[in-house]
Amino acid sequence: MSELPGDLRYTSDHEWLRQEEDGSVTVGITDHAQSALGDLVYVELPEAGQELEAGGEMAVVESVKAASDVYAPISGSVLDVNADLADDPEKINADPYGDGWIVRLQPSGGIDSGDTMDPDAYQAMLDELEA
Amino acid sequence: MMGLQTPLYAKHVAAGARIVDFGGWNMPLHYGSQIEEHLAVRQHAGAFDVSHMTVVDLQGEKTTEFLRYLLANDVAKLVDKGKALYTCMLNPDGGVIDDLIVYFLEPGRFRLVVNAATRAKDIAWITEQAAAYSVDVTERAELAMIAVQGPKARELAAQVLDDEWRAAALALRPFHGLEAGELFIARTGYTGEDGWEIVLPADAAESFWQQLLDLGVTACGLGARDTLRLEAGMNLYGTDMDETTSPLESGLGWTIAWQPDERDFIGRAAISKVRASNGRQKFAGLLLEDRGVLRNHQRVVVDGVGEGEITSGGFSPTLQRSIALARLPAGNYEQAQVEVRGKMLAVRIVRPPFVRNGKVCIDL
Repeated sequence: MSELPGDLRYTSDHEWLRQEEDGSVTVGITDHAQSALGDLVYVELPEAGQELEAGGEMAVVESVKAASDVYAPISGSVLDVNADLADDPEKINADPYGDGWIVRLQPSGGIDSGDTMDPDAYQAMLDELEA
Repeated sequence: MMGLQTPLYAKHVAAGARIVDFGGWNMPLHYGSQIEEHLAVRQHAGAFDVSHMTVVDLQGEKTTEFLRYLLANDVAKLVDKGKALYTCMLNPDGGVIDDLIVYFLEPGRFRLVVNAATRAKDIAWITEQAAAYSVDVTERAELAMIAVQGPKARELAAQVLDDEWRAAALALRPFHGLEAGELFIARTGYTGEDGWEIVLPADAAESFWQQLLDLGVTACGLGARDTLRLEAGMNLYGTDMDETTSPLESGLGWTIAWQPDERDFIGRAAISKVRASNGRQKFAGLLLEDRGVLRNHQRVVVDGVGEGEITSGGFSPTLQRSIALARLPAGNYEQAQVEVRGKMLAVRIVRPPFVRNGKVCIDL
């Protein structure tokens, strides 16, 4: 069973989104995603200020096994990236919802503007994948 | 998930292994962290379930003669009982049907260990060729196989052996094997570390495996096996060579016994032509100078020389850098670039192995 915080939104590509108090949205990959990828060894991050379209390429995470694209779950501009991941990509394995966050966005719409789902819907999707 | 299961499959599932398909077998990729498993082998000891590999026993008066024709390396080199030889088995065009280890058990009796994914075609090919020599070919599908690798591997695994065999097993020299009752113990491996590969009856496998783990040996999956062999500069069949490539273009020229000249072996005529041709491709190691990860099939560009391709690429947990094996254009050069998702990244050409016996073998 992978961990699934109740206060986040999720995507079908296994990203999570957190609404921050200042209106920004933090994005990372889920516990399920990090577990499926295996030990992460490299993360390619966008530049701060970069404009992202929902569904477009946002970052690349590479594990011992494979490279995997991380898509922007909503449109917006990049406020900040988790620079610690350059030296410690394994933070995503150790703490996917905390120290392993990837990007903080200033959304052009709301957090609900993209194709996201609540924890129950994401859990149902995972159950189906594992069935 | 359907697929073949080794006698240790239930143990892997119970240990929480991530199971993947490998050549039709449901095998453990890792048990949590591939990197921790990798480092356990470099620093201490790890155990691998390699029961999916195929053991083939050969028997008959003309077995030596047969193997000298079947294999590109020469079993005439095997004089001591138990001695092992790494070799390619070629097709008439000089392509590699499989790479394998052959053990000389006693006159007229040899054991081959071949890859899992190539099992059916190997057995068919060997059986077909053996007919003319009246050699019996017996696949030993009922046997399991466990590799114990790492600087502490032999010391720990010896504690699991019966008293009767312990001293003899510990006295084995590298690349030698020993028939020890119902076990076959060989000081061979696929990690670049010391250790044993142990062939044993399927019903003895669970107990042997558990005793190793109880002694502090780390269970390791195929993921760590792959990064360990890559660091050790060892080829992987189907990735670094296959039926379309000659051993000379896959860094395996050292496994071909050209002497004596009069020995005819399958594929000899074809690879002799490759050997005589100028400007054939070379096979080398790559060390990524930039951040990122090299992967199989990425394009390698050597300015002013030509292009090549990565055959095996990945992340080296020991070096904390990305490394690869690659088929490259002929020539003398030290630098190249690899195309990674549209960007050209700098690599240095190095001579494998990258890591052996826990030590880094290249300049970083």
